[in-house]
Amino acid sequence: MQCDQCGERPAAIHLTQIVNNAVTQAHLCETCAAEKGIQTSASVAKFPLSDFLASLGKGSGKVDEGAATAEPCSFCGATLTDFRETGRLGCSHCYVSFEAHVRDLLRRLHGSTQHVGEVYLPPGGRADQPGNRLGALRDQLRRAVEAENFELAAELRDRIKVLE
Amino acid sequence: MTLDLSLVPDGGIAWADASGPESHIVLSSRIRLARNLQGMPFTLRADAGEQEVVLEHAVAAARQTRDLADGTVLRVDGLDRGERQLLHERHLISRELAGLDQGGAVRPGAALVLHGDLGLMVNEEDHLRLQSFRSGFALPEAYTAIDRLDTGLGEHLAFAFHPEFGYLTSCPTNAGTGLRASVLIHLPGLVLTKEIAKVLQGLAQVGLTFRGLYGEGSEVVGNFFQLSNQTTLGKTEEDLLDQLGKIVRQVIEYEEEARRVLRRDAPVLIEDKIWRAYGLLRHARLLSFEEAMNLLSGVRLGVGLNLITDVGVYTLNKLMIFTQPAHLAHHAGRALTDPDLPALRAGFVRRLLEDEARPRAGGAPEAT
Repeated sequence: MQCDQCGERPAAIHLTQIVNNAVTQAHLCETCAAEKGIQTSASVAKFPLSDFLASLGKGSGKVDEGAATAEPCSFCGATLTDFRETGRLGCSHCYVSFEAHVRDLLRRLHGSTQHVGEVYLPPGGRADQPGNRLGALRDQLRRAVEAENFELAAELRDRIKVLE
Repeated sequence: MTLDLSLVPDGGIAWADASGPESHIVLSSRIRLARNLQGMPFTLRADAGEQEVVLEHAVAAARQTRDLADGTVLRVDGLDRGERQLLHERHLISRELAGLDQGGAVRPGAALVLHGDLGLMVNEEDHLRLQSFRSGFALPEAYTAIDRLDTGLGEHLAFAFHPEFGYLTSCPTNAGTGLRASVLIHLPGLVLTKEIAKVLQGLAQVGLTFRGLYGEGSEVVGNFFQLSNQTTLGKTEEDLLDQLGKIVRQVIEYEEEARRVLRRDAPVLIEDKIWRAYGLLRHARLLSFEEAMNLLSGVRLGVGLNLITDVGVYTLNKLMIFTQPAHLAHHAGRALTDPDLPALRAGFVRRLLEDEARPRAGGAPEAT
């Protein structure tokens, strides 16, 4: 059986999804499944996180180049190489320092980069006020456009519209 | 410092009292939330001074919450190896916090704040790991409790949070909600009917995963599996719990069906297996932990099938906990490496079964 997506490679992953009680089936090759952020227990077992991180960007010169020249995190001094070796980020600022890499990884790990769970407001913070929320969303939109993440940008634009 | 578990009213094992729903198959439900403090390097990059500051802040905040105001604070970095292992065997602290990993040492400022069925690990891989434990299959109840603790702590501490990525964690596999929910489930029927592989493979397709008795990186012992969510980002807390809950419900049904098939197709074989296990536990003079766990699994199946009626599930849970190496050693005042542990274990099992065997149907223990 060929992959539904590329029609070239043999399908290795057979995905059954249940959305609103309707069952859909997809047959994908490993490459297309990874691109869609679908992970199987076999692929997890084969690639522990650090190996997975080390392999990131091997096929894409752009990311590799970024790793070699990326500045260390301005807050904790951790480098992208540290992250690849340990699988652990140094501090919360690393998520901003290595944003493009982290976003790419989060998408592969979770199939998404957008948190939709509980929104946290730090003590004394007023992020719940519409003005502040809008500011944060616009900020995210700008970053999404910069990172050429147009899917997220469209989603953010819709959310901004609702608040406006 | 010596570990004094009398400071913890129920020894931190109320989750094993078999009082919860489906406790004949599900031992416990637990949820943890990973949180980090703003403006501090994550634990693995923090120095001892910073780890101490995290601990001070965490304990001060915990004292101001309704749930942990009266909690017991245990400095894990002040305990010896046996005591740390005992807390780990009780599922109260992770292997990492206990410093039990090969070459691993206990980290300065490593601590546990514990009260009833809520706990707070400090200076784990993330600054804070909130935990909620419940007996049986009770994920919604566990979440209600941990959500309140999270809100309480978040009012006194500034957590690292990003509008796109959610709660920021040391390992990106935990980012977003920081939520890992798990259910410790006993599946001897599926193992004996060889259906287990299919069930476990199916988990991966729906974003779930399984682990052994002690969580991440541990082996499956005594047919106990820990089922949990694999992803933490891109879904709400409710959706993550709902999905795990639905699948666990289904796995319970499969297990019950497998048990029906076993009784229908191989009744003598299965009864023989169960009674042999019970006989060995009641009479053996030497037991390794692994053997004890496997035999207890057989007896637990016998209790579930109503073949063994004079042992309660709570007794089996207690046997599981107290026959672990650090528990036995602590109880007998011996070293973890003591060659007499197998004999002590067999003696402990015989005595408890003798004392607690009672002439009534198995199931939940009597309320006290």
